[in-house]
Amino acid sequence: MTAFFESLGMTYGWAWFVATVAGILLIALPLMLAVAMIIYVDRKIWAAMALRKGPNVVGPFGLLQSFADGLKVFLQETIVPSAANKGLFLIAPIITFTVALMAWAVIPFNSGAVLADINVGLLYILAISSLGVYGVVISGWASNSKYPFFSAMRAAAQMISYEVSIGFVLICVVLWAGSFNLNAIIEAQRGHGLGIVNGFFFNLLLFPMWVVFLISSLAETARAPFDLTEAESELVAGYQTEYSSMSFALFWLGEYANVLLMCALNAILFFGGWLPPLDWAPLYIIPGWLWLFAKIFFFFFVFSWVKATVPRFRYDQLMRLGWKVFLPLSLIFVVLISGYLMATGHFA
Amino acid sequence: MVDLEQYLPILIFLLIAGGLSAAFVFLPMGVARLTGTHNPSAEKLSEYECGFPAFEDPRSQFDVRFYLIAILFIIFDLEAAFLFPWAVSLDLTGWPGWITMMVFLFELAVGLAYAWKKGALEWE
Repeated sequence: MTAFFESLGMTYGWAWFVATVAGILLIALPLMLAVAMIIYVDRKIWAAMALRKGPNVVGPFGLLQSFADGLKVFLQETIVPSAANKGLFLIAPIITFTVALMAWAVIPFNSGAVLADINVGLLYILAISSLGVYGVVISGWASNSKYPFFSAMRAAAQMISYEVSIGFVLICVVLWAGSFNLNAIIEAQRGHGLGIVNGFFFNLLLFPMWVVFLISSLAETARAPFDLTEAESELVAGYQTEYSSMSFALFWLGEYANVLLMCALNAILFFGGWLPPLDWAPLYIIPGWLWLFAKIFFFFFVFSWVKATVPRFRYDQLMRLGWKVFLPLSLIFVVLISGYLMATGHFA
Repeated sequence: MVDLEQYLPILIFLLIAGGLSAAFVFLPMGVARLTGTHNPSAEKLSEYECGFPAFEDPRSQFDVRFYLIAILFIIFDLEAAFLFPWAVSLDLTGWPGWITMMVFLFELAVGLAYAWKKGALEWE
């Protein structure tokens, strides 16, 4: 894109800057649009599974429902409780949403179509998703109210517990791919299964890790059945209880942007990202980003499906699953996979 | 040598995303003042409780187990931080590198078993 702006008569520096800003807006704005639509899709799927119609009044098939909701909250009054720490109270949603957007900087949408092609892309994503917990904890603390505080404690403990096993799963993938660069990880999956299937899921040693990753990503984003942070019968609306207007909506947008990110990571790390499912020439006619979006949408459907059908966990069950099942399991698989790769001379 | 230029787009992204989020928070506050929906009252600004004044300091004592979980997290996340460079340099370190890390992992597994035995992972 830099070359295009240079051809308009800009110097290289300016052309690079304009191209980068255009690239950022090209990621951020469609992402916000996608989040608005995916909330609608979530409600539709959830409704269909309960034999309801879901939103169907605003626009054709209710397609504009999210935008109507957005306009409504935009025009609402922002209530800042008198007991709250006002500065922190307003900063928390900003942190949540900023962090949720930023992780997308390293997601490759096609071969070479990535904003920042850094060689430690996966580490960057891990770091950014760890930062997400700050928005939650700050909002819970700054609200100075009982329910948000308890919810923030729960959310923080839950997020860090599952981050540990996610870290080990990522190590398993990195061991096999030999790189932290997301494009290199995708390339390593080309023809991985029997020389024809693109994706690490088609691998007896990595398949269990994918299952752990999928369930951990549900817990990491506090989606049902792990949505204890906003268990309405115990904690009202969780750490968002005191929020209103767009500050409330930012938590929602951030949450769904994170869900989409986790779906994208599932697709990129285990299902070949922008590669077609099979390493077969005619399938490459369809552009890579379409394959990636299809995979993201598939995983989002799985997330919604789980939300509609699985009852909520108890907090002790959640902690037991994270620390007593996933952590030892992923540790053992790090040993198994690295041992297997050493023994078969993968690194020679 | 780390090429910091690669990270410049991320810095610009941070500024744009932060500005966008801040606009989302502060713009409605301005709009609400213009349209007259901004109308705070003492009851509205009081903290949420089920219809009566809160009778307890919200920042009360909380369960020490949250604290334990945080400490365990630090240990295991540090361990992961050691594993990341190890995972991409196994082709250079070979079997000695692998065996060294297995010894390290074994010690951490002992640590996990100890925490488990002591009941640090129990949550009733």
